[in-house]
Amino acid sequence: MLSKRIIACLDVRDGQVVKGINFEGLRSAGDPAALARRYNRELIDELVILDITATLESRQALADTIRAVARELFIPLAVGGGIRTERDAAAAVEAGADKVSLNTAAIADPPLITTLAKRYGSQAVIVAIDAKRSGDHYAVYVRSGQTAAERDAVDWAREAESRGAGEILLTSIDRDGTKAGFDCEMTAAVSKAVSIPVIASGGAGGLDHFVDVFKAGAADAALAASIFHYAETSVQVLKEHLRAHGIPVRL
Amino acid sequence: MSFNLKPEAQSLKPKMIALIDYGAGNLTSVKKALAAIEAEVFVPAHPAELVRASGVIVPGVGHFGATRALDDEWRNAILERLGEGRPLLGICLGMQWLFEGSAEAPDCPGLGLLAGACYRLTGNAEAEPVVKVPHVGWNALAMQRDTVIADGISSGAQVYFTHSYVGPISGDTVAATEHGEPFAAIVERGPVSGVQFHPEKSGEVGLRILRNFLQVAR
Repeated sequence: MLSKRIIACLDVRDGQVVKGINFEGLRSAGDPAALARRYNRELIDELVILDITATLESRQALADTIRAVARELFIPLAVGGGIRTERDAAAAVEAGADKVSLNTAAIADPPLITTLAKRYGSQAVIVAIDAKRSGDHYAVYVRSGQTAAERDAVDWAREAESRGAGEILLTSIDRDGTKAGFDCEMTAAVSKAVSIPVIASGGAGGLDHFVDVFKAGAADAALAASIFHYAETSVQVLKEHLRAHGIPVRL
Repeated sequence: MSFNLKPEAQSLKPKMIALIDYGAGNLTSVKKALAAIEAEVFVPAHPAELVRASGVIVPGVGHFGATRALDDEWRNAILERLGEGRPLLGICLGMQWLFEGSAEAPDCPGLGLLAGACYRLTGNAEAEPVVKVPHVGWNALAMQRDTVIADGISSGAQVYFTHSYVGPISGDTVAATEHGEPFAAIVERGPVSGVQFHPEKSGEVGLRILRNFLQVAR
């Protein structure tokens, strides 16, 4: 049976891993290659490197970080943050990324999804959706959660799939950094609307939050950062907990 | 001094693995994994360069139609190496190409070394949990028999898949995987082998399979 994936996110700025609370007030958490090694020993299923500054100057540092992580890890590696053009995506792939994650650029330039899917295959294209509750629907935000995109998350996920996205990375802005649990309702709404995998993100604080997002949230994968970075929970302990709750995992 | 240096000289000859680039996806990850197990890799620009190959790997992701780029010249060069006992490994789309064809591109014949044609996974929206297609993520191998390519791999070992089409279960199946239905995850027929998953992205299990292939390359 297909395992539910546990994905660790390395939020990287200038080659160092940091993690913010609600996208602000960043704390440093260490060297990305060292963290990646630790996660790999603990059987993490996948890694995401997110360049949270994504300035022109940080581009070279990002490529170096990707190379350092990809050199010794033989599990899927995704890269996101500031990928605006086919050229940005190509640089990430050439450095060793298996997948690129588009967020603001996918909203601003939806044909880019198709361009990249044709060049690298759909499996290499993640569309990241940052959304927050707004009445009875989920509103998409771009520019690190700063700007309303005037799009509904469920509709946008469907469109992204039809344009060639291979996966959706869905982050709850309301929950991100709060440790209050994933937004399971939102995750289920998106996951049931598309046939591509949905990765739930934002709000992981305890082991049962992951049980909830796989059961009630119908997530295919769950992503977390700080819960793993500060060794509050090891990936292995989490997976044993999931298995005890009848959720298939790789152990 | 008159020692017979020949056997030693032969064993020191580096094993050159030809990685076929036909424009279906990026080869960086496969190259990195082969480098990690200390294989010498080259990407032939022309079929004639395959004469240097100790073994041939056909990787690839995406649409079966992309294999059309592997024209008669490539096919003949690959088959010629195979006839000389050099092993061939297909990865993902490269494995599907070893079959007679695929429902994904019915007018595009495969290499036909393995019987049967590839077909799309059915999926099941009513199942709990839902069986989504594409099949993306880590899934378990159920070993069917002992073989060279899967030496040292046990049932239950998990590997990373990302695909919608699969090859049929047959006598050539070494390991099956279940995603709503069983399909061929590893195949082997003499010097021909294939893996539906990505060994270059499947941690230690994947590296073991690449090492097994390197072992028989000559």
